[in-house]
Amino acid sequence: MNQRELPQHPDFLWSNPEPKKSYDVVIVGGGGHGLATAYYLAKNHGITNVAVLERGWLAGGNMARNTTIIRSNYLWDESAAIYEHSLKLWEGLEEELGYDIFFSQRGVLNLAHTLQDQRDSVRRVEANRLNGVDAEWVDAQQVKELCPIININDDIRYPVMGGTFQPRAGIAKHDWVAWGYARRADELGVDLIQNCEVTGFVMDGDRVVGVETSRGRINAGKVALCAAGHTSVLADMAGFRVPIQSHPLQALVSELHEMVHPTVVMSNHVHVYVSQAHKGELVMGAGVDTYNGYGQRGSFHVIEHQMSAAVELFPIFARAHLLRTWGGIVDVTLDASPVMGRSPVDQMYVNCGWGTGGFKAVPGAGWAYAHTIAHDEPHQLNRAFGLERFVSGDLIDEHGAAAVAH
Amino acid sequence: MMLIECPYCGPRNEPEFAYGGQAHVAYPEDPNALSDEEWAQYLFYRDNPQGAYAERWVHSAGCRKWFNAIRNTRTYEIQHVYRLDQARPDGAAPAPTTSRQEA
Repeated sequence: MNQRELPQHPDFLWSNPEPKKSYDVVIVGGGGHGLATAYYLAKNHGITNVAVLERGWLAGGNMARNTTIIRSNYLWDESAAIYEHSLKLWEGLEEELGYDIFFSQRGVLNLAHTLQDQRDSVRRVEANRLNGVDAEWVDAQQVKELCPIININDDIRYPVMGGTFQPRAGIAKHDWVAWGYARRADELGVDLIQNCEVTGFVMDGDRVVGVETSRGRINAGKVALCAAGHTSVLADMAGFRVPIQSHPLQALVSELHEMVHPTVVMSNHVHVYVSQAHKGELVMGAGVDTYNGYGQRGSFHVIEHQMSAAVELFPIFARAHLLRTWGGIVDVTLDASPVMGRSPVDQMYVNCGWGTGGFKAVPGAGWAYAHTIAHDEPHQLNRAFGLERFVSGDLIDEHGAAAVAH
Repeated sequence: MMLIECPYCGPRNEPEFAYGGQAHVAYPEDPNALSDEEWAQYLFYRDNPQGAYAERWVHSAGCRKWFNAIRNTRTYEIQHVYRLDQARPDGAAPAPTTSRQEA
């Protein structure tokens, strides 16, 4: 596998305008979801009087910290629909944005290490196929053929019994995805405003009419929350609750190595997921730190645990050097499915709860959220993901079901 | 890694403990009297503040006893630990919203 040449980028991808007094739509949060939402608002719905407010720098939160895995092999119909829509958008995204994002459909392996894992995996493969998602069950020998560096011996604590493989899944270069959306949104007239923290909401009765920010008051016809792990803080200001808990989620990269890992390997049971980025660094992540936290850092024993799992699966990693570890803040719901829809506040919308897997959803979530905002009602894709499900009990329980390391 | 002070065993490393989420969320006195909205609040909603947070921990690799802690979710600094039969230190962390609504 050859490394790809980096293309040249223009010096400036977007302007940095001063905020206007008023916008039709204000999006709070300039990460992947916020930028994609702004782009599809302009592109699909002709709404261009839009501001994206970002308290730090564009795509500097979880968008800069994730492990960039893209797949759509979720168990339940509702999840498969939105993630598969997203994957289809990924497949055309370089052309759509006119921007290289290094989208690489190298496939994702989800390993099974126990009989129960194996049964759940086969069930998920069948469910995926019924939903038009490419999926196959592969035995241990086929796992070895797809990823020759993996250890399939049966003398390890959790031997590889096989896995599911989604060939269309893969990875992309996360910051370029954000920059691609930002550039096009900017061209379509969206104001991307950095260093602008929302400190409160301006209400007229039950309706939101603006936001207070560190750069002054900005009036808004509609306000769309897109702040991942900080959504609870914003919802508190607006006077409602969201059923999420914010956790640190850590990841790490090794030093650069020649290309040894041709696909993406995820293991829910021993809890690690690994790919090799285009420059050659091994990118790994694991589960969340269990406690609530906003600190963008976690505990070292979590890193230690994921490294021990990685080294057992990939013995050659034992001599790789760790380059860097970091943490982001992820917004976890109890059913490990996102929340997207209207909020209890009139003309305010909520998109959160993507937990540890929001990157893959960037195009699909932006697409559906833009529709929700433009029409004041959910798109078919996110109808099942509203806050109402926690009252009705219609949960979409992807915990473990989708071989997710949520 | 955090150093957590078990009220029974003293300071121990974080991997000896397991997390139990928000503290002081009482089981509803009469669950049948709750509306679907109230039941959803009890079941699925917990506070998620930036700052002081009253939460439960269990010393699972030690004395296996549950206890409460007030921890800052921004700095991860543990400000208080107290046994289940002790009251939440005054003003250390807000009471859970769910219980406030029931009261």
